[in-house]
Amino acid sequence: MAQYVLRRLLAAIPTLFVVIAVAFMLIRFTPGGPFDEERVVPPDVERALIEAYNLDDPLVVQFFDYLGGLVRGDLGPSFRFEGRVGDLIVAALPYSLTIGLLAMLLALSVGIAVGSWAAIRKNSLLDRVVMAFAMTGISIPIFVIAPLLVLVFAVRLGWLPAAWSSSGGTAWLVLPVLALALPQIAYIARMTRASMIDVLASGYIRTARAQGLTTAEILRYHALKPAMLPVLSYLGPAIAAILTGSIVIETIFAIPGLGQLFVSGADARDYTLVLGVVAFYATLVMALNLVVDILYGFLDPRIRYR
Amino acid sequence: MTLLSVTDLSVRFSDALAVDGLSLQIESGEALGLVGESGSGKTQTALALMGLSPSNAIVTGSVRIDGNEIIDVDESAIRPLRAVRVGMVFQDPADALNPCLRIGDQLARILISHGLADAAAARRSAIEALARVGLPDPERQSRAWPHQLSGGMRQRAMIAAALIAKPDLLIADEPTTALDVTVQAQILALLDDIREDTALLLITHDMGVVAGHCQRMIVLDGGKPVEEGPVEAVYSAPEHPRTQALLAATRLKAAPPPLTDSVPALQAEQTTVAYGRRNRLEAVKSADLVVNIGETVAIVGESGCGKSTLAAALTGLVVPEAGRVVFMGQPLAADITDRPAAVRKGMQLIFQDPAGSLNPQMRVRDIVAEPLRVHAPGLSTTERRASVSAALADMGLDEQLEDRFPHELSGGQAQRVAIARALVLEPQVMVCDEAVAALDGTVRERILDALQAVQKKTGLSIVFISHDLGVVRAISHRVAVMYLGSFVEVGETSALFDAPRHPYTKALLDAVPIADPAAERPMVILGGEVPSPLSPPAGCAFHPRCAYAVDRCRSEEPEQRDVGGRQVACHRSEELEL
Repeated sequence: MAQYVLRRLLAAIPTLFVVIAVAFMLIRFTPGGPFDEERVVPPDVERALIEAYNLDDPLVVQFFDYLGGLVRGDLGPSFRFEGRVGDLIVAALPYSLTIGLLAMLLALSVGIAVGSWAAIRKNSLLDRVVMAFAMTGISIPIFVIAPLLVLVFAVRLGWLPAAWSSSGGTAWLVLPVLALALPQIAYIARMTRASMIDVLASGYIRTARAQGLTTAEILRYHALKPAMLPVLSYLGPAIAAILTGSIVIETIFAIPGLGQLFVSGADARDYTLVLGVVAFYATLVMALNLVVDILYGFLDPRIRYR
Repeated sequence: MTLLSVTDLSVRFSDALAVDGLSLQIESGEALGLVGESGSGKTQTALALMGLSPSNAIVTGSVRIDGNEIIDVDESAIRPLRAVRVGMVFQDPADALNPCLRIGDQLARILISHGLADAAAARRSAIEALARVGLPDPERQSRAWPHQLSGGMRQRAMIAAALIAKPDLLIADEPTTALDVTVQAQILALLDDIREDTALLLITHDMGVVAGHCQRMIVLDGGKPVEEGPVEAVYSAPEHPRTQALLAATRLKAAPPPLTDSVPALQAEQTTVAYGRRNRLEAVKSADLVVNIGETVAIVGESGCGKSTLAAALTGLVVPEAGRVVFMGQPLAADITDRPAAVRKGMQLIFQDPAGSLNPQMRVRDIVAEPLRVHAPGLSTTERRASVSAALADMGLDEQLEDRFPHELSGGQAQRVAIARALVLEPQVMVCDEAVAALDGTVRERILDALQAVQKKTGLSIVFISHDLGVVRAISHRVAVMYLGSFVEVGETSALFDAPRHPYTKALLDAVPIADPAAERPMVILGGEVPSPLSPPAGCAFHPRCAYAVDRCRSEEPEQRDVGGRQVACHRSEELEL
């Protein structure tokens, strides 16, 4: 097991390298630079800035300089904001982490519950209605759902704040988490329903019924674990979807999280900031996928990692 | 005391009547056999007796367990009867145990669910129940996952689960059908052992299984009970044609067409097939086999003995590590893709599962014509059609079937289409890997007859891989017995069956259920299971299970040698009275 984790971590290094290389090239080949603004910077100031950030070195040298910093855990200075990129990420992370985690938890709990429930009542009217809703949830993009939620719950009804505010509280969390979770609830519910129907038709569920277990016991002890296997393998893509979704959501709800940091960094051609967030996201997705694969082994004893 | 009383039970689906007016009673301590071919309503009966019928089934009549009616009552009224009054064992233990839960937990859950024990006591009871059914090291096995157990051990665990709440009646639905004949004998012996406290309803298609283990029996045909009575009476004077057919299936009388001379058609010479590098597994060890023109040679042995691997090596589907295959006097390339077209055409393979070996998107006509398109592209459409019809006719299938898709065929028809597809090329050799194992008795007999007719006509050589010794005896000229990758005995069929010279052959033959209630049954049942081929025992591979093993067997591997016209690999072959 330890060996497996180590191997996976080592295998992540080249992946990370490719991700950073591609991101590096993309941002560098994007027109404009970090110091292009409406207010023209005097040429000597600009030259000094470029020298200070080593932007006059050949691209390859800059790339390997950046990688060198990365290996030492230094994501470099931000061109746009004060401070190091690492510190900016650390400051923004709690916001993104909170809405991401809450959205994931909400998606899993509601999605699994609704999906199982629909599976037990397969082909009933309620099942059809729920699945139609799920299909809608999958079809509507997140940047449509979010403004709609704001329009209804913040503008019309006035129940919830329409955006983050520095005054604190937790009410601002509700709408962004909901918007982020809704499509995932829909996916997970559909997947749970399908796999639960398969599992409930299997021989061992018939055995459990022949042993006199109640429906609740059968679901809890016999069906839930095997039915969760396909859902678990969807968690990797779900995590990625929530990360990308959070970029949109944080912009819409003005949340000072990683997503917004990324967007303003890209806007301002803040090379190091964009690269830093990309590297962080990539690491996060790979780490969470590793966790998912390890969890897989706990759910399905036939899988053993060597 | 009447444990189970069934009156006029019917199970109806929208398009068919699965069970039609069945009545039966089981008294405490009794064993009743319910016999029928697949589709006769056996399993639907079993499910209805437990109130487990599918939701689209309409169940009428009366089923009383200890006087409690279970038809048309709420599930909550049936639930306390399950496991506690009636335990149930299903056919395939691989499917009936939850792969994601430990064995002991699955057993303990039954007691907890019925409020018969708390978690700790239930765990202890689970271990005791596993011990009672003969699971070695029950403490450890209770923590095992189902996939870590062999098929026989899994079925023992299933029986332990069915018995853990001490029911008065056990319903066993084809409990040994998925198992090797040796393991089947062990499980049947176990079912006999538990009969002191538990009555038994044994559901099976195999009259041999009923004979030694039940007192009364009911024969089902198309959902209807057609014959009923004490086992001895039914066996000695079967009245209904279905009963007679079921009995005949256990007493196959066919004999292979006589051989005139022996010209080798297919030979395997010192063939070794191994898998894996670090964990080397020798699936087949230096096997020598000759199949003559017009001859049927059967390869028998328990599952995992290497018989299918050898077949794959013969046909070039796996590449042996050593040795060679000779076809019609011509040494062949190991890999099928390197073999000339004429050789590929001349050697055909039939698999166990006909549904899986037919393309579901092709019609029967195109399935059978496909090999001709590859191997005889010069044929005109009319000629090809004629060949297809002739091959299907040889298998007893008429032209109407040609337009059908595989899912519109019965299991027997599908297998005959698969055989017709092989025969349409007029091969010299046919390798049949458990080709009739999935089929019912009467269908099986028809296919074997058709195969033998082709053999008589064309001099086809057949390699017949099977675990069914009754079939093997009926159709093969010679038999090769395989154990852990090696042939332990090879010889003429009748001589080998009448007087085996290897203890393993003897054990296999003894394990075959005898379809005669009055027959004396051999007491020695082959114990234990096939050792892992990853670490085969030193010396003779069979010695840990052999009743006749001596010191020499533990240290020295026996060579295959000629004993009275037979190839035998046993040190003590001459001295033993088997």
